[in-house]
Formats: sequence, structure tokens, C-alpha cells
Amino acid sequence: MGIFDFLRARQKSTANIARERLRIIVAQERSQRGAPDYLPLLRRELLEVIRKYVNVDQDAIDIHVEKDGEHDVLELSVALPERAAGAQLRAEG
Amino acid sequence: MTEIIVVTSGKGGVGKTTTSASIAVGLAKRGKKVAVIDFDVGLRNLDLIMGCERRVVYDFVNVIHGECTLKQALIKDKRIETLHVLAASQTRDKDALTKEGVEKVLEDLKQDGFDFVVCDSPAGIEKGAYLAMYFADRAVVVVNPEVSSVRDSDRILGLLSSKTRRAELGAAPVEQHLLLTRYNPQRVADGDMMSLDDVKEILGIEVLGVIPESEGVLTASNSGVPVILDDESNAGRAYEDAVARLCGEQRPMRFLEAPKKGLLARMFGG
Repeated sequence: MGIFDFLRARQKSTANIARERLRIIVAQERSQRGAPDYLPLLRRELLEVIRKYVNVDQDAIDIHVEKDGEHDVLELSVALPERAAGAQLRAEG
Repeated sequence: MTEIIVVTSGKGGVGKTTTSASIAVGLAKRGKKVAVIDFDVGLRNLDLIMGCERRVVYDFVNVIHGECTLKQALIKDKRIETLHVLAASQTRDKDALTKEGVEKVLEDLKQDGFDFVVCDSPAGIEKGAYLAMYFADRAVVVVNPEVSSVRDSDRILGLLSSKTRRAELGAAPVEQHLLLTRYNPQRVADGDMMSLDDVKEILGIEVLGVIPESEGVLTASNSGVPVILDDESNAGRAYEDAVARLCGEQRPMRFLEAPKKGLLARMFGG
């Protein structure tokens, strides 16, 4: 630290920014790892079907596979728009 | 017992070939019989780093296609007797490497009594990288303290635990080691580069070593002498430590602190 350092603009350390960004993206990518290859397509087709009845956003569908003992559980949750506040369609199987 | 070590990273230009060469030399210096194989078909470079580019007659693909024997293709290092290099082919045919072919070569190296086979992986996650890691017992994942390199290496860690023979057979998993290269302690101290602890925390695996950014790496590659043989350079010494740890020795991490500044530099923030 030099005595003239205060003249430089104070900014958040970029190393910290990098670390935080990586923490989030790595966690997200790990959660998708090992999931079946058909998930993205399944997600898209489900979205099309749901959209025939309700107008939901692109990212309204959350879909993932979890291990539950012997079984793989496909968990699907759809956030409905504001109008139907609180309502959540949930299917498991 | 032959141990197969893959040096991989996902991202290109992080120091895989430099690392493969130095690890192979370091192990051979300890009296081990070592073969180092370039898996980067079409972009042969390990021969340059090892300084044997003019002695390549046959390559990895020639061996796989049965155009020569393995013995003919293995280039004996002029410095260390127990060290051998198998160069990549310069063919543009991406399918030149086959899983059966690679397996046969590795099996023959086992029969020949090699202690270690170091597989220098190409960048990316295509066939060459897949075959380089498939038969591995251990993996050295080379990573720079930089966002794209860290993310890609996490992807590679995922592949190591799912797309390898050990994973498919349900055997003990491939042992994973992290090697941080191009580390600049001054930039870490300034908050412009992620630290060893940051990277370790994000990726969550054990760290084999930290190689400081060093002029020695370029001068070594200029002259075709793996940097581990330059005991004047910090990078060379850090590689020496990393190889010792790979062999089970305990060594403290060095070169993690920026050099101390003089009074003037400290006052004026040089």
C-alpha cells in the first residue's frame, strides 16, 4: 500500500468478483451434471403443452432429477403467472 | 504396477504440455521408467517442449495402425535414460485414435515394465481428450487462476468421475489433483487474481502444487529443456515440489508470497 493509493479510485477487488461469479455458475452446472440428456428437450416440450393452457414464461419451468434411495425422482415445478398467484403445479413421478 | 496419469484442463494454453513434460522428467529423475504420450493428434507439440522434435520417426497413430512397433516409436530421452516420448501424429484425421488402439499401447507399456505413463491431453472435451483420460488412474488438472479456466476444469472434473474406465467399471475413482499454474502472487496480493484458497474452495479438490508465473517457462520451451530441469527458476523448483508430492512426499507450498518491496516502492505504491 503506497501513501498515494487513496488517489486511485476505490473499487471492489476483481478477484472477489471472479470468485463469487464462479461459485454461482459452478454450483449451477454441478447440479445439472449427470442428468439425463433428454431433460432440455423434455423441458421444452412440456413448456409447449403448458402454454396451450396457461401463458407462462420461458424460465417458469424448473425440472431436475434427484436420487431417492433406489429410485430416480423427476421433479417438475411450474411457476404460474401473477394472476394465479400462489398456485404451483407440481408433479412427481 | 504401471500408473497412468492424465494431464488435462479443458481450456487450452494453461500449461498442460509444459506440465506433462516436467512431471515426466521429474518422475524419471527419481529412477522411474516413464513414457509420456502426446494425445493432441494434428497439433503435435510435446516433442518441441521435450527437445526431441528432430528425432520423431514414427508416432502414436503409426503404432495404433500397426505401421511400426511401439519400441520403434518410443523416443529415448538424451538426458534421462528411463524417459521415453511418444509423439502425436500430425494427421488431420480426427478418428486416428481409437479406444482399442490406445488400450493396446497402454497394455504394451505395462508389459514393458513402465512405472508411469503420462498422457498429455489436448484441450477441449472431444475424442482426444476423452481417450487421454479414459484409462487414467490419476488426473492432474491444470488450472490458471482465471474464470474460464476454473469453470472448464470443473467440467473436466465431472467427466473424470463419469466418463472414465474406472467410473464405468465402478472401480475406485480416478484420483484428482489440482495444479495451479501461472500464479502471480503480486496480483493476488493486489486483489486482481484469485488466490490458491479461492480456487481450492470453488473446485473442492486437493492441490498438488502452485507454479508461479515465471520467465523460466518460456526460456525452457525456447531451448527444448523441460522447465523442471532449470533449478534456477521458481517454476522449475515448484514443479520439483509437485512431483515429490505426487510420489507421496510432504512438502510445504512455496512461492505464494509476493517478493518484499523496498521502502521507496512501498511509499509510492510501485
